Amino acid sequence: MRAVCLIQRIVLLCVLAFSLTAPAPARGAEPPTVAAASDLKFAIEEVAARFERETGQRMRLVFGSSGNFFSQIRQGAPFHLFMSADEDFVFRLADQGLTQDRGRLYAYGRIGLMVPRGSLLKADGELRDLAQALRDGRLKKFAIANPEHAPYGARAKEALQHAGVWADIEPRLVLGENISQAAQFATSGATQGGIIALSLAKVPQVSALGEFALIPESWHRKLAQRMVLLRGAPPAARAFYDYLATPAAQDIMRRHGFAMPGA
Amino acid sequence: MDWQAFSLSIELAAVTLLVLLPPGVLAARWLARTRFSGKAWIEAFVVLPLVLPPTVLGYYLLVSLGAGSPFGAWMLDSFDIRMTFNFAGLLIASLVFNIPFIVQPVQRAFEAIPDNLAEAAAVCGLSGWQTFWRVELPLAWPGILSAMVLTFVHTLGEFGVVLMMGGSIPGETKTVAIAIYDRVQSFDLAGADRMALLLLALSLGAVAASFFASARLAARR
Repeated sequence: MRAVCLIQRIVLLCVLAFSLTAPAPARGAEPPTVAAASDLKFAIEEVAARFERETGQRMRLVFGSSGNFFSQIRQGAPFHLFMSADEDFVFRLADQGLTQDRGRLYAYGRIGLMVPRGSLLKADGELRDLAQALRDGRLKKFAIANPEHAPYGARAKEALQHAGVWADIEPRLVLGENISQAAQFATSGATQGGIIALSLAKVPQVSALGEFALIPESWHRKLAQRMVLLRGAPPAARAFYDYLATPAAQDIMRRHGFAMPGA
Repeated sequence: MDWQAFSLSIELAAVTLLVLLPPGVLAARWLARTRFSGKAWIEAFVVLPLVLPPTVLGYYLLVSLGAGSPFGAWMLDSFDIRMTFNFAGLLIASLVFNIPFIVQPVQRAFEAIPDNLAEAAAVCGLSGWQTFWRVELPLAWPGILSAMVLTFVHTLGEFGVVLMMGGSIPGETKTVAIAIYDRVQSFDLAGADRMALLLLALSLGAVAASFFASARLAARR
């Protein structure tokens, strides 16, 4: 009898514990959540701060690789606005009926070679010294974002292929989970350099760590960055989506190294 | 310092412990006291979350509970309950990956209690549950205490599963381990330093405190 009683009590306790945690999803009116590609980290934080000053509306920002967000959204992640670094991900979500429409192009990104201070590598955008360093064995490790799911990694791969060094450099690659992490690797001194986003190279904390040189735009497919409102996005998310088209927001984006569509 | 992430981690660790401890202790005692042919398999499953890479565990939880899975879709459509990317999802993940951290030390503690002690208790007229409450549980207490501390601290530091199941949403699923990762990627090493140091101090303090407590308990016996 006592055993039954005890089990009942334990079950009751568990139920109680669960009911305590159940209201957790309803933690008041949370601000809309923006899932933004890592290259946007500093630019979008600035845009969101300005948006908040002007409208009083806060946005919740989550940064990561576009490919990861794509998978998470397919698994039902409660994001409201998805700012991808690659429009393919947006189109694929739209085809699956998970978005409100096919979204809008908001920026073009650029990539370049980042070389940390004291590296044996020269920061040259045409990657000539990189090819030379591969031949003479100066290059031990090189960082890019994972080309499998990070658009900036995919473009880095294309640029390295264009320069004809992909086969030689592949065994020396250190892959970042997203472009921020690749930038972290490229500047930490653990690698002789890496290919990172211009928008990150312009950040003072990053530019202080080394030299950066732009890779010619024609060496890789365009980094057409597209954003889209997801199903069930609240009006505040749409307001932010619209705000990104205003001159004030575009100025910030341009200052962070993005080219504006139609400009 | 991201206090929001910190308090979220502590909340997750506390709720995990509260929910997992009672069934964990009972399961550990059962494993310690019974012999049957398939037991090795059950024990293997209990240890599995410990040896599996957290991302693998997180991946399986995500594809079996996420809205893209049949079960996840059904929960969302029928009850409007989302199983991933929120606190409840983190809790489910946290319960699974902490099973070995509760069961293993407690099982060892129960196994260390000699069989004849239970027999002596029976001779004294104690029922099975009285023996459990008044003889076995007090003796196993140091093991239970260290299991509790391990679970709590381990939850604070868990990264891979949380990253897969949580989506790093501030105030909802962005735990302290994710916040530290985030600081590093924002090139804010000073911020990462502070949070990592606090986590280190807290973990070390909790584990050391549990060792001191165990030693005192053992000395009193």
